[in-house]
Amino acid sequence: MLVYLIRRLSQSLLVVAVMATLVFLAVYAVGNPVDILANPDADQQERAAITARLGLDRPLYEQFGVFIWNALHGDLGRSFVYNAPAVDVILERLPATMELALVGLVFSILIGIPLGVLAGLKPESWFGRTIMSGSILGFSLPNFWIGLMLILLFAVELKLLPASGRGPTASVLGFKTAMFTWEGLKHLILPAVTLALYKAALVVRVAQAGTREVMLQDYIRFARAKGLSPLRIVGVHVLKNMMIPVVTVLGLELGSMIAFAVVTESVFAYPGMGKLLIDSINRLDRPIIVAYLMMTVVIFVVINLVVDLLYAAIDPRVRLSDAKG
Amino acid sequence: MSDIAPATDLAPEAARAAPPAPLDRGESLLRRHAATFLRSPSAVVGLVVLVLAVLGSLAAPWIAPQNPYDLTQLDIMDNMLAPGERLAGGTVAYLGTDNQGRDMLSAILYGLRISLGVAAAATIIASIVGASVGVLAAYVGGRVESFVMRVVDLQLSFPAILVALVLLAVFGRGIDKVILALVVVKWAYYARTVRGSALVEKRREYIEAARCLALPRWRVVFRHLLPNCLPPLIVVATVQVANAIALESTLSFLGVGVPVTEPSLGMLIATGYQYLLSGKYWISTFPGVALVVVIVAINLVGDRLRDVLNPRLSK
Repeated sequence: MLVYLIRRLSQSLLVVAVMATLVFLAVYAVGNPVDILANPDADQQERAAITARLGLDRPLYEQFGVFIWNALHGDLGRSFVYNAPAVDVILERLPATMELALVGLVFSILIGIPLGVLAGLKPESWFGRTIMSGSILGFSLPNFWIGLMLILLFAVELKLLPASGRGPTASVLGFKTAMFTWEGLKHLILPAVTLALYKAALVVRVAQAGTREVMLQDYIRFARAKGLSPLRIVGVHVLKNMMIPVVTVLGLELGSMIAFAVVTESVFAYPGMGKLLIDSINRLDRPIIVAYLMMTVVIFVVINLVVDLLYAAIDPRVRLSDAKG
Repeated sequence: MSDIAPATDLAPEAARAAPPAPLDRGESLLRRHAATFLRSPSAVVGLVVLVLAVLGSLAAPWIAPQNPYDLTQLDIMDNMLAPGERLAGGTVAYLGTDNQGRDMLSAILYGLRISLGVAAAATIIASIVGASVGVLAAYVGGRVESFVMRVVDLQLSFPAILVALVLLAVFGRGIDKVILALVVVKWAYYARTVRGSALVEKRREYIEAARCLALPRWRVVFRHLLPNCLPPLIVVATVQVANAIALESTLSFLGVGVPVTEPSLGMLIATGYQYLLSGKYWISTFPGVALVVVIVAINLVGDRLRDVLNPRLSK
């Protein structure tokens, strides 16, 4: 396990290093970095100050050293729209996005598992087929359009839920969250459902396949022969055994939820990291883009690493084959 | 968007089906595939819709009531007409007009043209690049292969939407730039698909025979190996066109995709989004419906193609 851990950890560090190099090259080598990192309205003096601070008058490899050194110290540039360190600006938005992703995750489980199990129990019936066709729609329809249609239905026509923004936050255990106020929850429902639909479609497919497989096993036949109620068979025996692939998919997709939040947050004007990225792109606030990129790379690498390590812990074959190869 | 959809779609029953029956005399493989394809009503509907959409977008300059890019044909007094109202020129705007007095039906036909064109171009280029890389990696093997596949894995571990967004933030807007971004995020799928089938095919006897003839390497790879890896590529590419349309519309909706002067369907939806809350539903809804119908049609066709081209499934 230790060998595997070291191998995997060094791979992850390599990925972060490669991405940092790519980002550095994109910002510094292509075009003039002062144009990218300085406020477009900056005067000659400010530009000179930035040039000196970033060491832009020195050779490229030294600049790379400065970039890495600053990044390791948590300095990824200064936003000129907010006039604050880019990392701080992003971290301030992080709880909102995490909250959205978390509620979305819960929704995708609540929608996906029951439908998937139902479709798996009766794969040939009309509702089984309908659920599976519906899941294809969940994959292929553009997420933002689903969001718009939800706004049109629930906010404009029915006037049940708010169309945009984040509700009032309350402080729980030191975190500011909107999850525990009624108004906050109302604001979360539509964006979270929009975010959840794609994953729910995925969960439906995995749960359906898992349920079909489990239903053919001898222990299900045995449970039936014992005279257990169908509810207990499905609720305990089937559900427990089909959860393994579902949990895997959910774990792997956690990262992509943060990425999809970019779209969902824009549709619902939800003040999270994703909306910040789009706003920064439109306002040319490039330090934020660079910082967002580096932080997302790190988040993704960490998620992939954790999932792989969990795999290796659960399934010895993974770490053995990789340690040899 | 459906980054891992293809993997989960492999039905378990695909593995245990009889080998395909030998061809009858005078029966071509193409004709048999076509006959199998036509046996599914939903796939036929999808194909018809898709052909109509392609024809409609190609013929847009002739069938659209107005040219939405020609400012002389637009009248600002016509703006925000509800569906069914008459334009100042006398024609009926069946789908309403947008904030600049553009007839939505015309805008949708022209927008469809851009959406389909961008997606098709990106898919073709990406599949050529991906297929070449994949087949070469599988044939050469060794370090080249493991390096290429590491790059593919690395790229696929980041969501396509995020990579495309960042690329476009660097490049700026433009149709060519959107195509480039889509190629960059999509080639890895094709490389992986083709490499998978090439690994199987390269052990077949015909490859050995071609090698024994001392044919040049490129010829073995591109004339013998690659054509036999195409069926899975076609299936993946078909579904990926739908995917590319969705991705492009999302990027345009977010304001980093096609320029305002050449609106795709996503861009039209983004324009209408501002008016959605004031009850002017048609500007966003109708382009969205067009988008969804096309995406669903492509998926129906792709789904059926997968069944037709999968030899293990044929009866």
